[in-house]
Amino acid sequence: MNRPLVAVPRPPATSTPQQQEGQLKIDVDHLSFYYGAKRALEDISIKIQPNVVTAFIGPSGCGKSTFLRTLNRMNDIIPGARVEGRVCIDGADVYGQRVDVVALRRKVGMVFQKSNPFPKSVFENVAYGLRINKMASSRSELTGRVEESLKQAAIWEEVKDRLHESALAMSGGQQQRLCIARALAVRPDILLMDEPASALDPIATQRIEELIYGLKKSYTIVIVTHNMQQAARVSDHTAFFWLGRLVEYGRTEKIFTAPSEKLTEDYLTGRFG
Amino acid sequence: MNSLGTAAPRKILSALFVAACALSVALALVPLAFIMFFVVSQGIQSLNLDFFLHDPRPVGEPGGGMRNAIVGTLMLTGLAAAIAVPIGVVSGIYLSEYRGTRFASAVRFAADTLNGVPSIVIGVFAYGVAVLPFKHFSMLAGGLALGIMMIPLIARTTEELLLLVPNALREGALALGATRAKAVLTVLVPAALPGIITGVVLALARVAGETAPLLFTSFGNPFFSTSLTQPVSSITVQVFSYAISPYEDWHRQAWAGALVLVTIVLICSVAARMATARVARIRGGQ
Repeated sequence: MNRPLVAVPRPPATSTPQQQEGQLKIDVDHLSFYYGAKRALEDISIKIQPNVVTAFIGPSGCGKSTFLRTLNRMNDIIPGARVEGRVCIDGADVYGQRVDVVALRRKVGMVFQKSNPFPKSVFENVAYGLRINKMASSRSELTGRVEESLKQAAIWEEVKDRLHESALAMSGGQQQRLCIARALAVRPDILLMDEPASALDPIATQRIEELIYGLKKSYTIVIVTHNMQQAARVSDHTAFFWLGRLVEYGRTEKIFTAPSEKLTEDYLTGRFG
Repeated sequence: MNSLGTAAPRKILSALFVAACALSVALALVPLAFIMFFVVSQGIQSLNLDFFLHDPRPVGEPGGGMRNAIVGTLMLTGLAAAIAVPIGVVSGIYLSEYRGTRFASAVRFAADTLNGVPSIVIGVFAYGVAVLPFKHFSMLAGGLALGIMMIPLIARTTEELLLLVPNALREGALALGATRAKAVLTVLVPAALPGIITGVVLALARVAGETAPLLFTSFGNPFFSTSLTQPVSSITVQVFSYAISPYEDWHRQAWAGALVLVTIVLICSVAARMATARVARIRGGQ
């Protein structure tokens, strides 16, 4: 009933998420995830191409954050967590026996819901990943990489004169962009964002969204969001999760205008969730 | 009895309770005030530069001071810190990182038990392991006794403070490719450091005032000594032996020693609190 009157043309077949097997960035195959005996994710399969922004939407507790965290194995630190199925990034199974989790997390960066700058200076926050991974061989290289990352995160102009002040003195929006700069500094391929703007005001949110749009050129971005308008604005593809299952996945325009599943439509039109 | 009058008993009860609280506070403060008054008024008379620059003189000979005991106390507590800080902090990290495990619970229980062991018993233990085998008293034995007392204090403080660090910081570090050890050492411990330092200083202040564990470990020494393997004087033991002596002059010196000890402890506590407040201000960015 709530579908738009004008039929939206189907996008060309080659750009649907299910296509382009050859250059998949993330390929999840029949993934289930358990917290102890409780199954939080059920048989999820999804293929994500490079340089695409994918939004995960769904009601609270639907498993979208849990799923995001299986991609860089952040769930490993939860006692009793267990994974079934396969998650491949650039063709390699991240849950494979010989995988170096540290290298994986360097490749798959993450930005959290609540900005979590370390209680250190702005500079030291961005330099942290470079230092622990020994990614800068000289002081000038380190400084250069920090500056580059802050510029990429569109925060350089605001912090260039206060690099050595505490990161905690900045506003919430600035802290979140600093956390993005910190994640970018180690040059990941993929950026996972777990509701990065949910604690921010509309203006700060807009800046983050513009940033995501700009970062798409160099990174594959997966963003979890509660805000459906945000998903519609920033993403190319949208995946709708419900009760630990992936209900629908497709081009954002299609999901928002002509969803195939009744459940998706009901959620998007506010019947539940 | 009208309806407005019924509140009166309740108000009286309330006033009585507040009065009782105030009285209790006053009673609790009276001994402290007296102690401070007597220590300062009695101690200040014998306190002069000589007290810090000279060692004790034989009875009857005027002058003399507690240089040996002041240096001894500083060295003993320094030695205790050198033993207890690494062990205590690392144990605290273990307790917080593996808090759910049975072994951690056992360690925590052991630490709390050790914390409750009377200091004289710890002195006996140090006597057994560090005095008897070498057949003489030493600074090392005294430092060991004080260090053993400090370990549980530091371990538990470190644990509590690490648990206060938000988990988001740990996740942030792990997400950047930090190993668990790196995350702990480069993010969690620095975030908890101001509190840990305060805990260490307060533990130092506590053991600096101990007499019992030193009586038969570092023993005491009328001469100036900085040797780890020789008996060494400490303010507390010196105050003790002077106070029970029959000599008026020594009594005065004991008061002065007490004042110096109280001052050292006070300076430590105030310095620790100021350092913590300062670091918290920088961290908070104000």
